[in-house]
Amino acid sequence: MNTKVTIAGVPFKNPVMTASGTFGSGMEYGEFVDLNRLGAVVTKGVANVPWPGNPTPRVAEVYGGMLNAIGLQNPGVDVLTERDIPFLKQYDTKIIVNICGKTVEDYLEVVERLGDEPVDMLEINVSCPNVKEGAIAFGQKTEALYDITSQIKKKAKQPVIMKLSPNVTDIAEMAKAAEAAGADALSMINTITGMKIDIYRKKFVLANKTGGLSGPAVKPVAVRMVYQAAQAVKIPIIGMGGIATAEDAVEFLLAGATAVAVGAMNFVNPYATVEVIEGIEAYMKQTGVDDVNALIGAVG
Amino acid sequence: MSQKKKTTAKIVSQKEIAPQIFDLWLETELAQDARPGQFVALYPKSEATLLPRPISICEADKENNRLRLVYRIAGKGTKEFSAWRAGEEAALLGVLGNGFPLDKAEGKKVFLMGGGIGIPPMLQLAKELQAEKQIIVGYRNRDLFLADELRENGTVYVATEDGSTGCAGNVMDAVRENGLKAEVIMACGPMPMLRAIKKYAEENGIEAYLSLEERMACGVGACLGCVCKTKEVDHHSHVHNARICTDGPVFEAKEVDI
Repeated sequence: MNTKVTIAGVPFKNPVMTASGTFGSGMEYGEFVDLNRLGAVVTKGVANVPWPGNPTPRVAEVYGGMLNAIGLQNPGVDVLTERDIPFLKQYDTKIIVNICGKTVEDYLEVVERLGDEPVDMLEINVSCPNVKEGAIAFGQKTEALYDITSQIKKKAKQPVIMKLSPNVTDIAEMAKAAEAAGADALSMINTITGMKIDIYRKKFVLANKTGGLSGPAVKPVAVRMVYQAAQAVKIPIIGMGGIATAEDAVEFLLAGATAVAVGAMNFVNPYATVEVIEGIEAYMKQTGVDDVNALIGAVG
Repeated sequence: MSQKKKTTAKIVSQKEIAPQIFDLWLETELAQDARPGQFVALYPKSEATLLPRPISICEADKENNRLRLVYRIAGKGTKEFSAWRAGEEAALLGVLGNGFPLDKAEGKKVFLMGGGIGIPPMLQLAKELQAEKQIIVGYRNRDLFLADELRENGTVYVATEDGSTGCAGNVMDAVRENGLKAEVIMACGPMPMLRAIKKYAEENGIEAYLSLEERMACGVGACLGCVCKTKEVDHHSHVHNARICTDGPVFEAKEVDI
């Protein structure tokens, strides 16, 4: 049975990764799962300098999911290269670094800084709904997405994944713009902008007022968007959004994703990543599939 | 430190010990690792909920492998917990957080201060701490849950918001009214109480350790949801945000901006 997949020339032992921001740099969940089992660890978004993030409360539970407005708190790229990358290098898993910024120059600074680091791929976060400057501003208009993607591609030594926002009118157009600008792969979806109100206090539950919705509630939206993007572009897609089980993951593969990422469900079940990997193998055995690649885009 | 894990516990017993306050005993191996001031995250079973609820450890009976959680109904998760019965199973994640630094208070004159649903962790602390313990607890009214058990482990001073018993007011009023003094303070309770204790400790040059609370998602330090402002740059993100779930929930008062 083959579970290996390849994205932009990078081989992954299996198609299961972690979604950025839900797994730190692997240290915390390394207490629960063997990181060697994972296809890749995608690290929490990192900027050129430390970011303090948003005020609290930053998280709220909603029916079938959660809202977060962390605001990309991160220690900056220096700490990532000195502490987190050496930590992850101890494991036999691929390292994908998620990058955030307020300006194009911020992104380029991190991309260049990581050029000689043992990082397998870069994932560019142009889709965080929780910070005022940058981030999503680059991910909601095709021209802006094309521009930042092409500038990053000029500097990047590793293959570039553009992480797309679901908060757009036409996901296929966004996917095409990133592909046309030279993106090596896409990941989707980031969270969907939401809001929760405490009706007794008549206050917003999150200090940021709005937050990104994730968890099982977003899965049908994510599967639909992965399908639409996969129909529109040739570059591989990493699918995510509410994956809790192997069945969820297989849905994304069938919709056209080459790999998947487990996000918010890590918070619910710290063993979710490994259970999804084992579950995909069980599904393949049960349905007589020898190669996981045969599942990619096989819906029809 | 022992490894954190998600596990299944057997519910030994549950009863309502004051209106909306429940006393839950669980049989779980996590009891072996539990220290005063640590917490577990308890999972509701309803699919309408997703995240586990952080609840402080009231007591850890290592001999019988049992953890005691005393909680107040605060929302749909805790509402569901309150309907659980002996013999059922419950999923939980633990043991989480740092706990109170007992070594800072051994042999000293100590205030153990609990307010409302911040009182339960004071019981295990009072049981384990070898010190001159003055246990000062603040309630809304005469429903003095856990007070008798606390009395077996130190001198108890009670304050009630409605003045129905003990000192009328809060824990700080009880300190003043009884003319109490301490070298070290350990406290858990609502934010206004913790702020008052921090101020008192600063004015009197007393070491104080406060157990903080915040909305949490992962409980293990990954999501960065439950941060508090710190005086020094934190070791994780190198900003001024410590993670309450893993760097805390107990912090030295002078280290945090609350």
